[in-house]
Amino acid sequence: MSVLLLAGGHVLAGSMVSAFDIGALGRNFWALTVDGLTYGSIYALVAVGYTLVYGVLRLINFAHSEIFMFGMFGQYATLMLLGFSPSGNAYQQGTLMTIVYLLVAMVGGMAVAGGAAVGLERVAYRPLRRRGAPALVFLITAIGASFVLQEFVHFVLPKLTGGNLGGVNAQQPIRLVQATAQFHFGNATVNNVEIVIVVAALGLAFATDRFINATKFGRGIRAVAQDPVTATLMGVSRERVIMLTFLVGGLLAGAAGLLYTLRVPSGILYSGGFILGIKAFAAAVLGGIGNLRGALLGGLLLGVMELYGQALFGTEWRDVVAFVLLILVLMFRPTGILGESLGRARA
Amino acid sequence: MSTETVTAPAAPHLGVGDRIRLWWDTLPRQTQWLVGIPAIVLIALLPVLRPPVLTTVGTDFGGVLAQFGMYALLAIGLNVVVGQAGLLDLGYVGFYAVGAYTVGLITSPDSPWRVHGLDPHWAWLAALPVAVALTAISGLILGSPTLRLRGDYLAIVTLGFGEIVRLLADNLSNITGGGRGLSRIAYPVVGTSSTRPTGVFSAGNTAHPVNSGTAWFWLSLVLIVVVLTLVGNLERSRVGRAWVAIREDEDAAEIMGVPTFKFKLWAFLIGASIGGLSGALYAGQVQFVVPTTFNVINSMLFLCAVVLGGQGNKLGVILGAFIVVYLPNFFIGRTNLFGIPINGNEIANYKYLFFGVALMVLMIFRPQGLFPARQKLLTYGRDVYAAARRAATALTHRTEETVGEAR
Repeated sequence: MSVLLLAGGHVLAGSMVSAFDIGALGRNFWALTVDGLTYGSIYALVAVGYTLVYGVLRLINFAHSEIFMFGMFGQYATLMLLGFSPSGNAYQQGTLMTIVYLLVAMVGGMAVAGGAAVGLERVAYRPLRRRGAPALVFLITAIGASFVLQEFVHFVLPKLTGGNLGGVNAQQPIRLVQATAQFHFGNATVNNVEIVIVVAALGLAFATDRFINATKFGRGIRAVAQDPVTATLMGVSRERVIMLTFLVGGLLAGAAGLLYTLRVPSGILYSGGFILGIKAFAAAVLGGIGNLRGALLGGLLLGVMELYGQALFGTEWRDVVAFVLLILVLMFRPTGILGESLGRARA
Repeated sequence: MSTETVTAPAAPHLGVGDRIRLWWDTLPRQTQWLVGIPAIVLIALLPVLRPPVLTTVGTDFGGVLAQFGMYALLAIGLNVVVGQAGLLDLGYVGFYAVGAYTVGLITSPDSPWRVHGLDPHWAWLAALPVAVALTAISGLILGSPTLRLRGDYLAIVTLGFGEIVRLLADNLSNITGGGRGLSRIAYPVVGTSSTRPTGVFSAGNTAHPVNSGTAWFWLSLVLIVVVLTLVGNLERSRVGRAWVAIREDEDAAEIMGVPTFKFKLWAFLIGASIGGLSGALYAGQVQFVVPTTFNVINSMLFLCAVVLGGQGNKLGVILGAFIVVYLPNFFIGRTNLFGIPINGNEIANYKYLFFGVALMVLMIFRPQGLFPARQKLLTYGRDVYAAARRAATALTHRTEETVGEAR
């Protein structure tokens, strides 16, 4: 019923505001696909954080979007420490040095986000687990933590850094990379930023997949996801696994923070994680929450579909497309495309 | 001996809150009103008396109390959904928006849907029932597909819906006025005089002591009492018992024959219409609506009021609403507190930080809230409590006698 209403809203808006433009989708199909995959791979990285924590704890870590935001600020602070300052022009460092600087910034972002995620787990969630609190208590705590992390960057961080970081406004971008076209794909041009984002995200996703499926630590995570009690009896330290899960999710969110600022340089803002976090959660659900590869698939799909929707209905409908997609998936296939559960993954 | 279970209500380990509760629950209905009405009148007189301890410095006290009135209504409505039926709704601000926008769309000159020919004196009042009805319908629309989901999933979906409502208001500029919002929304024009040419409810009425804030506060107080009575009656009826059953264990409730989906939908619908009522008040008071007011972060603030106050406790959540509204306003414009110089405006800015910390700490040490609900005997509660108290007192006397004899 609501879906019909929303669809009606779209058509109404399409006819009244801008034409309901199937032509635009057809003309820009490849460009939209490339851009969608770029965004999608960022969503996928953040989605892995949601999915891992959900798989192990059956908890929606609502504050994960703020971990991502910390990642954005972390890489920005790293670049500032390296001596870069915000300016209108792109820095010309040569390919090799640019890659080195980007890697250092990424490590900085990952460290900040990973640390924040582990800290969050320690301060907010662990006391609740000790008390055996019900699920809604965790969710409310997560909302509280989300407030705290956002407002920390909003008000406290500018005080600590003399106004260089945080505050009401978005950070002035530090442009290390100038987007330049590299090759053509269909009728779309693919630029270096898009290549870097997709390659880095896929590489990290692959590494995470190997980590979870082929290492001792990963086996521990899967064991706890499958059956916490038995895993504990078999000598797996549950607390350590949980910490590790938050750490991995945080590291990936931190990396996503750097990649996102390459695509959207002006997005470094205290409230900049919120919507992206919900979209990444939607991606995790779309692929099957608790399923690592599902998060990757869901992220890419969401990124692409969101941009197709934007082409059809207009830019202002982009977020609505993502939300409607989330609602539709939850209502009709809550287990997602690949089905849920980290525990049921191949042992 | 079995008498021990009977003595439990009068056992000495009862806290102050429980003693007050027991005393209140055993009072006859008439006496409760006899105590309640003067208390409400005293609260209503707050903006006129302006006690120096409470009065805000930087913002008008009447205005703060008007805002409190709206938040109290929101908290009561959200409490029906979250506290009584146990459905975590993170998109409650959507209903607030629907209520406010309905009034705006019917009465604002900027609106393409403006109903012409309404007497401007009564336009707001005419729009009020429409707003409540439309919000109830929107609750039905939101609830019927989503209430199949449970727990966390329901929370996220309602969050999505809340955001969609705002985005619709923002994007459908031909229908809702878009980002520019709707201005000059109608308000009840009553009590016009030479000092108040546009009536007491007008935003232009800044006269002392009954300014527009005070007038809206009184109106919302009346509505709060009405809504509390209705919700209280529901709580003590079959519907309320069904909600409690669903909240405690949905599967068990279903097996015991409670049509859970139907009652969840009722909770959503009733919660939504109370939210819409509050939204209509907001639109009338501010006479201006704009999409950014209905940001999802407000939902969190409403939830904060309910969780702080104590989910399921109607009066508790009103106190929660008071804390959420009053605390930031208390600091605005204040330069010293107990002689210590402070920058009040800056402290007021930290409200989300403070409420975030409060939520986290509360969930660890007192997840039931500051004024937790106690599960009461709902139907024949008063009689049972009275009987229990009589028995308890009698038993205590007897025990004392026995103890004395034994010595």
